Amino acid sequence: MSRNDIESLPPESLAVAMRFLRRNPALVGMPALLIAAMIFTVIVHPAFGSFELQSLALAALPLALAACAQAVVVISGGIDLSVGPMMSVANVLAGSLMVHGSFVGALLWSVLILLVGALEGLANGLLVKISRIPDVVVSLTTGFILGGVALLIMERPGGGAPAAFLDLAAGTTFSEWVPNALIFLVVVVGAVWTPVVRSRLGLLIYATGSDRVAAFRSGVDTDFARLVAYVISGVFSALGGIALTMTTGIGAPLSGTIYTLSGLAAIVIGGVSLSGGKGGIVGPVIAAILLSLIPADLIFLNIDPNYGQVIQGTLIVIVVMAGGFAASWQARG
Amino acid sequence: MADTGVVLSVHDIAKGFGSVQALSAAQLDIRSGEVHALMGANGAGKSTLVKILTGVYSADGGTVILNGQPRVFHSPAEARGAGIVSVYQDPALVPDLTVAQNMRLARVALPDVRGWLDELGISQLDDRALVRELPYTTLRLIDFARALASNPVILLLDEITAALPADLAEQVFKIVRAWREVGKSVIFISHRMAEVSSLCDRATVLRDGKTVGVVEMAAKGSDERIVSLMLGAEIAKRTAAAVTRSLRSTANSEGPAALEVKNLHYGHALNGVSFMLRRGEVLGVSALEGQGQQELFDCIAGVRRYDKGSIAADGKDLKPRHPADAIRAGVVLIPANRLEALLPQRSIAENAALAGFGRLASWGPIAMADERSRVANAVRRLQIDTRAEAEVKRLSGGNQQKVVIARWLASGFKTLLCFDPTRGIDIGTKQQIYALVRELASAGNAVLLFSSEMPEIALACDRAIVLYAGRVVHEMLAADANEASLLRAAHGLPPSGGALQ
Repeated sequence: MSRNDIESLPPESLAVAMRFLRRNPALVGMPALLIAAMIFTVIVHPAFGSFELQSLALAALPLALAACAQAVVVISGGIDLSVGPMMSVANVLAGSLMVHGSFVGALLWSVLILLVGALEGLANGLLVKISRIPDVVVSLTTGFILGGVALLIMERPGGGAPAAFLDLAAGTTFSEWVPNALIFLVVVVGAVWTPVVRSRLGLLIYATGSDRVAAFRSGVDTDFARLVAYVISGVFSALGGIALTMTTGIGAPLSGTIYTLSGLAAIVIGGVSLSGGKGGIVGPVIAAILLSLIPADLIFLNIDPNYGQVIQGTLIVIVVMAGGFAASWQARG
Repeated sequence: MADTGVVLSVHDIAKGFGSVQALSAAQLDIRSGEVHALMGANGAGKSTLVKILTGVYSADGGTVILNGQPRVFHSPAEARGAGIVSVYQDPALVPDLTVAQNMRLARVALPDVRGWLDELGISQLDDRALVRELPYTTLRLIDFARALASNPVILLLDEITAALPADLAEQVFKIVRAWREVGKSVIFISHRMAEVSSLCDRATVLRDGKTVGVVEMAAKGSDERIVSLMLGAEIAKRTAAAVTRSLRSTANSEGPAALEVKNLHYGHALNGVSFMLRRGEVLGVSALEGQGQQELFDCIAGVRRYDKGSIAADGKDLKPRHPADAIRAGVVLIPANRLEALLPQRSIAENAALAGFGRLASWGPIAMADERSRVANAVRRLQIDTRAEAEVKRLSGGNQQKVVIARWLASGFKTLLCFDPTRGIDIGTKQQIYALVRELASAGNAVLLFSSEMPEIALACDRAIVLYAGRVVHEMLAADANEASLLRAAHGLPPSGGALQ
């Protein structure tokens, strides 16, 4: 929309648009940043083609799902440090259960794995609710346990799944420029998140994260809202673990470990406030794609990919600082 | 039960927290169609009783009978469902949701809320606005309207008028009266006796966790009776009048300048504030909600950095970049929200000693004996209730405020900035705090005092300035600073008399 278009709008809708911008900076800022990063990538690597796009989508898919898992809990005012281990468990379950099966069998096993994820989330939520131990401690501990469980299920990387199943994410069904991984991402995130955010449940989760006392006094069962957030986190983590099987073709007991922290990085960059109640799920998903682009760009630029972590960390600091400055600037009005 | 007209009946409610017995035998009967005041000094058990009625706490013993049925509420949701809805001093609205979403959250119909907001004189509210973006006063009225819209059996108003401008408070009272006319019941909690006498039918008085009496407000001398019940026989002899007289005896208008503020600017909030505070003087600041008073106090105390203008403390330039700078210059702040200044999980002694640690010339070990004796002195001087001394968060609001004052007494200061120091504090403790403020001023300190309750300005100050839209619009002597003239000036009108400008 050009500047003139905006000015010709009636002031009411301009005010609404401005308010939307102010409340959802990530929804505008993140796509802009991603587009800029894509342009940069094409400039430094003119040969960037459909294959590179597919690799990017494959790398981003598990991270995006990890970010979704983390985002739901953080929006509800908590934190989940067991996202990575939950992904590992789902990953090794998929790798070992699906190795000799058919496509339909793999789909059925997926349902079971999602159920396991939901149960893991439920366990986290119940422990937080009943024990009143801080959620950082609870999820760190359950994360340790689940990390061990993953190693018990599968000691070293192996297993596999039917090719047709892997192709749900690894293939290109419609066009080589539309990787299945992207479609898979949009479909599963939409399928899990849309019913939540469109219902009273979403309202409860946001209210609980924004101000637990005010929500409690408004008659919200805040314990229930937090419990549900952990269950959704478990489901997203299981989806992430299955996605790892699809993108790597195997199961590996330590495959999920890095996703606890990189998922947190993605939600912070994607505009979810660590103090809860603010942000959504689109920002974190785009941030996950952006973060997956960094190591690729470094390879294109012939720079040690280990600089990726440094850049990722710097990006987080900049985003968090910008958020802080924006808040104090607004406060002075 | 219906024949006696009692809708809510509370018998022998008890509740303890560790070693502190907050309630031991609370009784309360609410009839249909009455506004019933719940009175008591700080720590008498009022807020505990309210939390039991609204399902926040569960009682250790006793019964709650609502419409003839014994009830136990395990959560605020259950109490709301049964028809007990409360409006607290801090609005129970979720900041990151819109107004409309907050109404859905509490399962209240938006049109009903709008109807009540119209009655309160707020008809142009955008219900898609985020709660975070709305002014505090508006939020309190929305919270009130939301409670009314849920059509409760018992409406519980906890300090609803604290820091509410007088015109809006009157609006709230009008609605409460109309609410009573249709046979509804209201439990009203307020520290302002004038409101209680004009609005309420009966008052239940709590002292030390027990109900000590029920007063018919229509009876003659009901105010005095409530005060004497609240304070107990012994303290009641020291009447309010005596305290007021002693407060005024030491006015001083010719001391040297302790604080000289010139043309102070901060964002849009302060647009050139100038005034002078003399040593030995208590200068009152009066203003309606949001006229720059918070920013003014924050700028002087170093919580915010002012943009333009100058502040001189005892003749020396003061441009604090941090509260520590102001404290070093002897300028200290007592905020309205006690918990902003305190470490809630630490003991009284640690909290009181905290500011002293900042003054250490070296990084060596703390001189414990010296520290301890100074803190103990301050605690004794302020008569702080030390039953729950291990954790400040378990003290009542008035005692918490005293700990903040004790901190500055123990560390030493020259100029005291008091920002609404008695918000939500009972009458007895209020008078103690004002008497202390006067005493500190006559000992050669200077005090800048903002109070949202206008009668208190005339009570405790020598002079008063009135802020309006980030400027000082009037300055008057305390003798002229009655509620009417302050209110006129605070609304940007010329006070009927006594302006010095």
